[in-house]
Amino acid sequence: MNDKLKLVVIGNGMVGHRFLEAVATGPAAGRLDITAFCEEPRVAYDRVHLTEFFSGRDADALSLVEPGFYERHGIRVLTGDAVVAIDRAARTVTAQSGVRVPYDKLVLATGSYPFVPPIPGHDRDNCFVYRTIEDLEAIRAAGAGARVGVVIGGGLLGLEAAKALKDLGLQTHVVEFAPRLMAVQVDAGGGALLRQKIESLGVQVHTGKNTQAIEDGEGHRHRMRFADGSAIDTDVVLFSAGIRPRDQLARDSGLDVGERGGIAIDDQCRTSDPDIYAVGECALWGGRIFGLVAPGYRMAAVAADHIAGGSEAFTGADMSTKLKLMGVDVASIGDAQGAAPGAREFTYVDGVNGVYKKIVVDADNKKLLGAVLVGDAADYGNLLQFRLNELDLPEHPDVLILPRRDGAALPGLGVAALPDSAQICSCHNVSKGQLCTAVADGATTLAQLKSCTKAGTGCGGCAALVGQVLNAELEKQGLEVCTDICAHFPHTRQELYHLVRVGQLRSFQELHERHGRGQGGCDICKPAVASILASCWNEHVLDRRHLGLQDTNDRYLGNLQKNGTYSIVPRIAGGEITPDKLIALGVVAKKYDLYTKITGGQRIDLFGARIEQLPQIWEELIAAGFETGHAYGKAVRTVKSCVGSTWCRYGVDDSVGLALDIEHRYKGLRAPHKLKFAVSGCTRECAEAQSKDVGVIATEHGWNLYVCGNGGMRPRHADLFATDLDRATLIRYIDRFLMFYVRTADRLQRTASWFENLDGGLDYLRAVVIEDSLGIGAQLEAEMAAVIASYQCEWKTAVEDPEKRRLFRPFVNSDRADEQVVFVREREQIRPARQEELEEISA
Amino acid sequence: MSVIGRRELPPAAALCWVDICALDDVPCDAGVAALLESGEGRARQIALFRAGDGDEVYAIANLDPFSQANVLGRGILCRIDGEPAVASPVLKQHFLLRDGRCVEDEGVRIDVFPARVRDGRVEVGVVGT
Repeated sequence: MNDKLKLVVIGNGMVGHRFLEAVATGPAAGRLDITAFCEEPRVAYDRVHLTEFFSGRDADALSLVEPGFYERHGIRVLTGDAVVAIDRAARTVTAQSGVRVPYDKLVLATGSYPFVPPIPGHDRDNCFVYRTIEDLEAIRAAGAGARVGVVIGGGLLGLEAAKALKDLGLQTHVVEFAPRLMAVQVDAGGGALLRQKIESLGVQVHTGKNTQAIEDGEGHRHRMRFADGSAIDTDVVLFSAGIRPRDQLARDSGLDVGERGGIAIDDQCRTSDPDIYAVGECALWGGRIFGLVAPGYRMAAVAADHIAGGSEAFTGADMSTKLKLMGVDVASIGDAQGAAPGAREFTYVDGVNGVYKKIVVDADNKKLLGAVLVGDAADYGNLLQFRLNELDLPEHPDVLILPRRDGAALPGLGVAALPDSAQICSCHNVSKGQLCTAVADGATTLAQLKSCTKAGTGCGGCAALVGQVLNAELEKQGLEVCTDICAHFPHTRQELYHLVRVGQLRSFQELHERHGRGQGGCDICKPAVASILASCWNEHVLDRRHLGLQDTNDRYLGNLQKNGTYSIVPRIAGGEITPDKLIALGVVAKKYDLYTKITGGQRIDLFGARIEQLPQIWEELIAAGFETGHAYGKAVRTVKSCVGSTWCRYGVDDSVGLALDIEHRYKGLRAPHKLKFAVSGCTRECAEAQSKDVGVIATEHGWNLYVCGNGGMRPRHADLFATDLDRATLIRYIDRFLMFYVRTADRLQRTASWFENLDGGLDYLRAVVIEDSLGIGAQLEAEMAAVIASYQCEWKTAVEDPEKRRLFRPFVNSDRADEQVVFVREREQIRPARQEELEEISA
Repeated sequence: MSVIGRRELPPAAALCWVDICALDDVPCDAGVAALLESGEGRARQIALFRAGDGDEVYAIANLDPFSQANVLGRGILCRIDGEPAVASPVLKQHFLLRDGRCVEDEGVRIDVFPARVRDGRVEVGVVGT
């Protein structure tokens, strides 16, 4: 044990953790005795996505540490304890708690701290910085009694912070000293558009403002006074005026630091003491601090490699970024300001849709130097490759940013043009060559490729490019991925949907005759085609020609349970129910002795009905005013809601009213898989809308729309799709979104997995739904209108039609009940008898 | 010497055909459950399937051996390499209608019965006594 190399890491932020991952899984892992100090009470979490803490992602969801990782690798992590001194002579570090730990190698990953300008009043209560989860918790607590919030600093982080204040429901201002937002990454034109977009989202932007003091306010906690004599009254102040490296420990122990801070390191990330390394935002390389996570990760990899005896080097990093600020795409590549001598520019401005794109090229018009994209960053991946690989530009470089309305491919850059060394995923530093190797080793789907290389799992900006590499490689290998739905159709579900639509085909038989293969069908293609037919033409699922296609749940309009009985879920739209209807449900449940349980979707499930009882039960439910709830179908299920502004003290809008409208609008829509919705009346989000396929949250200015969330086996947090929508726009987007999903998803693919496999991701989905980039918006709306217009309560039709009703006989030649269905009582209700109980009963 | 195993269809002559229902009572390309009175007092639950819209009919046990529920008649009628089969509605195992074999589990086989259509009626054969 004692002959192991004692490695101590100070700091457990994103980079510190990445370093631990690298050494623990690296070649030297067995030779190391590792101790890490984590000053915060919790181990490393995703600071890049910190803002999501306010839109519902909790601390656990932000965590970067796989549970059990440190234990498994024998790493001691001392949380809530900060190192206060390094004794280089004795080679020990001493922590606040008094703990003293010896080291052979020491790594400083102390990160940075937010710079707070020394304005008088900066230390008043309810003035915050924006760096840790604790900061956010304090901001949230302060937000509860507040109406107005101001962010000082209009950089990248400042705008993130502004979004957080907005999510808290505060009237939000951004105050920036420079004459424009994001002055480092964006030029004047881009900054102006960005400002316009941010302001249209309800955030007031004040540029060129020099804050002089923060004092007592009137009607608000503070008043901020500016040099030009103006003032803003506010309840909360957030400082986001840049970061400074945390280099005090290094200074105190005599390590070299830069003039303006930062621990000086060499290409192996060593400080002036060869046994001490520094990585991340505390480190200064080539006179520069790298305030992004990707270069920090790279330093972590280099330091870990060097400690293990390797010879990798840190050679600087590209500071290009792409991000979404309050739903606005912003990207910056290389020399965004066109500062290089002789640099020339191409600019494209779309004043109607709010798009600004600029590329900076060299004097010969041959190489890309930089770019700025605001409002539409879809070109980021391609442009970045031009820059990083110094590819020759096409003859007219402006084609790279001009709209391609004719659908023509981008000239000059297929993924084939990229060298193997080209970095595709900058978050996880995955090169094209690594992707190609993974494909050669058997990763044949995007999901596999992502999971084995991690490419595309960080910011996701490269997902489309990863997909292109995958396809190109598969093609090269002559591999054809069979995407046929089953042996009976040489087509994907999406193709079948198209064939049904375009050919106006109304039955499985017609589709199979024209486009099928062999004889008959199976339990894969039949329900899939039944679903497609229902999505397109919405005929009754028990119509003669559709009957045999249905899964048993659809065939008997109930949910099959393990003993062959069914459960019944009437629709309770929005979870709102009158006492009389609640009593009626109880009366029916009691009469038929049904096990009764409340569902997660705010409905009531009645279990244990035999098939022959179903029509009678439904007749009684329909008489009491109920209609089918489609709990048995791959269809729209529920729209969960909170009580909203009608009752709730915090409610901002009428969530129940909207939930009712949405549920009644989309009920009966069949889709590739089930669809769950929710509407919350404020950002407290009691309806859990961010775990739904479609989630809506009320804001002061309208409704925020979230899509593609999921609970269940693999939970997925929904993505914020559009903000502050009025009702009509909201409904239009949902119409289009749902029909686009119905049109393009695979069978039994929930929206979450559909989305994760959608090339182009959120940007693409927004382009299709919001900007109608495919020109199919009106078509999707018309298709939805047809489904809505043809709604029927399937159970009402079934009980009123003698032929359909006959389908529920227990036996084709007898009305005798299945005597092998046996229940026993437990907690005053029925449950199916277990096998041993059955044997006992029949003995 | 020939031994008639329960799972092999007996020669037609030894069968007595039991009337079950009208052919039209079985929906095309789908199944129903039926009771088969075997004459020994106790009725047996069977599943009847009609492949296509003609008189190609099959009869198998209705009991799903995996879930012990009487549900096979509610399964989806499939063709596996052209062979008729049913997918259990509970956990989706496939049973071949001609010999009762389970596609997913070779050790499992369910009872099958001869079935035919005569004068628009579906009949199932039981071994005569």
